[in-house]
Amino acid sequence: MALELEIEKRHGGFALEVAFRTDGAPLGLLGASGAGKTRTLRAIAGLETPDRGRIVLDGRVLFDSAAGINLPTRARRIGLLFQHYALFPHLTAGENIAFGLRHLPPRERERRVAEQLAAARLSDFAPRYPASLSGGEQQRVALARAMAIEPAALLLDEPFSALDSHLRSALERDLRERLGNFRGATVFVSHNLEEVYRVCEELVVLSRGKVAARGPKEEIFRHPPTLEVARLTACKNFSRARRLPDGRVEALDWSCTLRTADGPTGTPGHIAIRAHHVRVSAAHAAAARPAGNSFPCWLAAMTETPFRVTLDLHLGGPAPGARDFHVQAEVFKQEWEKFRDAPQPWLAELPPERLFLLPD
Amino acid sequence: MDSAPIWISVKTSLAATLITLVFGVAAAAWRAGRRSRAWELLDGVLLLPLVLPPTVVGFFLLVLFGRNGPLGKLLLRLGAVVVFSWPATVIAAATVAFPLMYLAARGAFEQVDRSLLEAARTLGASEREVLLRVAVPLAWPGIAAGTLLAFARALGEFGATLMLAGNIPGRTQTIPVAIYFAIESGDTRAALGWVGVVLAISFSVLGALGFWMRYQRRFLTRGG
Repeated sequence: MALELEIEKRHGGFALEVAFRTDGAPLGLLGASGAGKTRTLRAIAGLETPDRGRIVLDGRVLFDSAAGINLPTRARRIGLLFQHYALFPHLTAGENIAFGLRHLPPRERERRVAEQLAAARLSDFAPRYPASLSGGEQQRVALARAMAIEPAALLLDEPFSALDSHLRSALERDLRERLGNFRGATVFVSHNLEEVYRVCEELVVLSRGKVAARGPKEEIFRHPPTLEVARLTACKNFSRARRLPDGRVEALDWSCTLRTADGPTGTPGHIAIRAHHVRVSAAHAAAARPAGNSFPCWLAAMTETPFRVTLDLHLGGPAPGARDFHVQAEVFKQEWEKFRDAPQPWLAELPPERLFLLPD
Repeated sequence: MDSAPIWISVKTSLAATLITLVFGVAAAAWRAGRRSRAWELLDGVLLLPLVLPPTVVGFFLLVLFGRNGPLGKLLLRLGAVVVFSWPATVIAAATVAFPLMYLAARGAFEQVDRSLLEAARTLGASEREVLLRVAVPLAWPGIAAGTLLAFARALGEFGATLMLAGNIPGRTQTIPVAIYFAIESGDTRAALGWVGVVLAISFSVLGALGFWMRYQRRFLTRGG
């Protein structure tokens, strides 16, 4: 059930250096495009050969540069779901699923194909060619094909990126259900935070070919270890920071001084807060509350999405221009209704327990 | 009109097409996965018969298969003489037809999405299975078009055939050679007959090619 790897590979100026271990629960591989996510999957599947390192799956050594072991892809028993599914266009859905089962006796093969088709809720689609299937159906066939060989590990390369957003949530539920019944190791590659968060328990964050963070997802989202990881996990507000003698932190880019919940240890390089943790209210309503990291703020610009608004806020005085802002706040529309017509300045609150300090 | 050249031509073209099909597809499949400069040099050698005058190809074949040539000597030891025999017509036709087959097949293989080959490998397929169950079926439209072109080229082969196989009626005299010698000896009627036969065969090949392309388009829109 355990997949363990530690590999290095150079590609021109790009150096991939990845090490992680996973057993059972799906592992999310998160990173911007070009961070080396797909390369890592390809190395595990044996489609690319690392320069150095070791890959072990369930105690089977798939690759070991020191021992000169490099199992060919066909012998690795790894199910790979390609980003664009890579269904064989000249074979029907049923034949695609049966492709990896030709060593089985015909009756057993048919049983396994039927079983996979049923699990993917595609029983009526067996005789159809991939070109006549929708994107979501193609994805389900590709997943069924990968799972039919009963792989020891399942690698999913951006399985939803080629789909319309309205299809994603249903397919994601299907996938989570299927992964729940899968007993091998699973690696899920994505650049979509929310997707990764919902599907996976453990995360590995890649940045420019290196592991930038590794651990339980809640931990990484709550306390990103570096500025880089904070950015990759969609934190929008950063400021250079300086510790004051009284224990408070001066946010140099926001021109304000903040109390933090973190103990006064070490010298922080940056202070950060997620946009949805910034609270905004009309000034008069907040006047009654004790002033904990609350500052008058002025609106510089605003972006509306169907259910939320993102407010670009300037602290300490009216914004000189639409692009001059200190922090971004993301609030639900019903919250926004409460203060949208109130005279500015509004009050922005950066709760101490939501602020996090990042080392340099 | 003597019908022997017709049967010799058809037999020769079919045999040459079969040989180029096997070797052309094998060479193209082997080449498609490699992208280094050194292989481009090899490409040059493989495509040479396409650009060389057929008489020059014939000259090289004579050097190779002649009594003192490296292959000729080898075959002589096995008791076979190639020059001026029927197999010589096949060798000449296959040599000039090969580049067309190779080019068409290579282009077709390069069009095949690499991730499909990789998917097959992850599903446990050996390299041979990847080739026969994925690459060849997907490259098939291009390979088939190449086969028709190779057949047409083999049928029209004249220069190299004359040099290597000569003009022995009933044995090595193909239609193009027969037409040339008929005209030379003033037998216009015989030449006209053979011209008619060549036209008929060529039109059939073109018709087949056109039909094939329409079929291929349908196949492609269906997702092949």
